[in-house]
Amino acid sequence: MSQKRDAAIVGIHEYPIRDVEGEVSPLQIKAESAARALEDAGLNWSDVDAIYDAGDGGGMSGLNIAEYFGLKPTVIDTTGVGGSSYEYHAAHAKRDIASGKANVALLTYGSTAHSNKFAIGVGARGGASLHPAENMDTFAGQTLVSNYAMVAQRHMYQYGTTSEQLAEISIATRLHAMRNPEAVQAMEDLEFLDIRETTIEDVMNSRMIADPLHLLECCMISDGGGAVVIASPEVARNCRKPPVWIIGTGEATKYPEPGGDITTSAAAQSAPIAFGEAGLTAAEMDIAMIYDSFSITVLTMLEDLGFCKKGEGGDWVTGGRLRFDRPSDGPALNTDGGGLSSNHPGMRGIFLLIEATRQLRGESTSQVAGAKLAVAHGNGGMLGSRHTAGTIILGGD
Amino acid sequence: MSEKKKDPTRPLPNTSELDTQAFWAGTKNKEFKYQQCDSCNKVVFYPRRHCTGCTSGKLEWKTASGKASVYTFSVVRQSYHPFFRNMVPYAVAWIDLEEGPRILSNVVGVDDPSNDISIGQEVQLEWEEHEDLCIPLFRPV
Repeated sequence: MSQKRDAAIVGIHEYPIRDVEGEVSPLQIKAESAARALEDAGLNWSDVDAIYDAGDGGGMSGLNIAEYFGLKPTVIDTTGVGGSSYEYHAAHAKRDIASGKANVALLTYGSTAHSNKFAIGVGARGGASLHPAENMDTFAGQTLVSNYAMVAQRHMYQYGTTSEQLAEISIATRLHAMRNPEAVQAMEDLEFLDIRETTIEDVMNSRMIADPLHLLECCMISDGGGAVVIASPEVARNCRKPPVWIIGTGEATKYPEPGGDITTSAAAQSAPIAFGEAGLTAAEMDIAMIYDSFSITVLTMLEDLGFCKKGEGGDWVTGGRLRFDRPSDGPALNTDGGGLSSNHPGMRGIFLLIEATRQLRGESTSQVAGAKLAVAHGNGGMLGSRHTAGTIILGGD
Repeated sequence: MSEKKKDPTRPLPNTSELDTQAFWAGTKNKEFKYQQCDSCNKVVFYPRRHCTGCTSGKLEWKTASGKASVYTFSVVRQSYHPFFRNMVPYAVAWIDLEEGPRILSNVVGVDDPSNDISIGQEVQLEWEEHEDLCIPLFRPV
C-alpha cells in the first residue's frame, strides 16, 4: 500500500466544561486546551512551530494567537471555513509537516456560545449584509434549523426517507452520550430535560422546530473548545501516547446553483479524495465521527462518504447499526455523544478529531474493541445552502 | 411623545450592495431580473459582474416570467427574530424559477403551511411592496 504515514495526532484535549457562566473567555479555553494537549503528547510550548487557527479568538488571529500563546511559529494557517475548519487544519498540518516546513502543529478552538446566548439555531440570520449572497437571502427569515430542514424535506421527497429513520441517528448518539460522564454533565449544565437514553418515539414526540426536524434532531449550544497536536514521525516516536496517523485528507465546497441537488453535500467531492489517498473505503472504517449539527447532516454524509448509496441512508441506519456495540454492522457513530448530546459550541470539527483519536488509542467511553481506522468528517457553513467539507482518515499505529 | 413604537419589520436587503443592486432596483418595477451569459449561456444567480461559466462572456440582464416551483421548503415554528417570531409558523423555501434561477423566499397565501405546501408545487411570483424596493414572494397557483 502506498499509504503515507508522515504526520500523526500525538496530543488531544477536550475542554470539559460546557457552561463557563461567562467567567472564562474563548482565548483562555484555547490556551488551557493547548497546554493540556501538549502535556498529553509529552511536549511543551517551545516544541510548537506551526499554528492553525479559525479566527475564533478574534481578528488577525494568526498574529494574535501566536502572541497570546507566547509562540514564534514559522508556519501560520488561518483557514476559517466554519465547523470543518479543524479538518482543514489537520489536512494542512499533515501537508506542512510532510513538506518539512513544520514539526509540531497546534490546533485550538474556544467558544462561549452558550454563555453569550448566541441563538445559533433559531435566531435572526437577518440584517442587511454586504456579501451579495447574503444580501439575496436575509429577507426570507430562514433560521439555521430550517436551512437544514429543507435538506431533510427534499431527502424525504426524493428517496422516501422518514423521520423515524432520521431519529436513529439521534438515539445512537444519545446512547453514547449517556456512557460519557462529560456529556451527561454537559446536558445537566445546559438544563436538558429528562436526561436518559432515548427512543425513536421520544424523538418523534419532541417539539417540531422547523418541519421536518424535531428538537431531539438538533444539536445543543454549549461553551467549550479543545486542542489537537500533530507531529512528524520523528517527534511522534518520542511522545507519551501511540501516534494516530493522518492517512487521507479531502476538502470541498458546495453552494446553491440552478438545478443543483441539495441532498448531496460537498462530502461527495471531499471523501473520494481522502479515501483515495488512504487507499481505503468507507466500509473499512471502524469509527465514523461525522458532524452532527442535525440528524440530516449525518444521514446525508453517511451516503456521501460512501457507507451506502445516495438515497439509501434511511434504510441503512435503521435498527441501531450505528451503535458502538454493533461493530460488525458498520462504523460506530459519534461515540462521544456528538453535537446532539455532548458538545456543540458552534464549530464542532475539532471534537471529531479528538474522539476519533481516543478510539484509535482505546480511550473512548464507548470504546470499539480493536478500532484501527476512523473517518472524521466536518461540515462548515450551512448544509442547505453554502457549506464546506473536510474529510480526514485516521489510522492507529 | 406622539410617535408610536415602530413595529418590527422584515429585514430588507442593502440596495447599494454592488453585485445585487441592479436586481433590487428592478424589484421597484416588480421585475425579477437575472443574468445569462451571451457567450456560454450560463444562468448566473445571485447576480455578479462576471460569468462563472467562462472568462470571455458578458452577462445580459433578463426578466423572469414569475412562473416557478417549490424545490424544497421548511415550516419555521421557532424564531427569535423580532419580525419573524410573530409570523410563525411560516414557510421558507428554495424556489426554482422556470428560467433557472433558484432563490430563497417564502411561500405565502396558505392557511396551513405544513399541509398546503409540497415539493414540486407550482407557485407564482408576487411582490411585497416597501419604500425603496419590493420583496419577491411566491404563492401557490
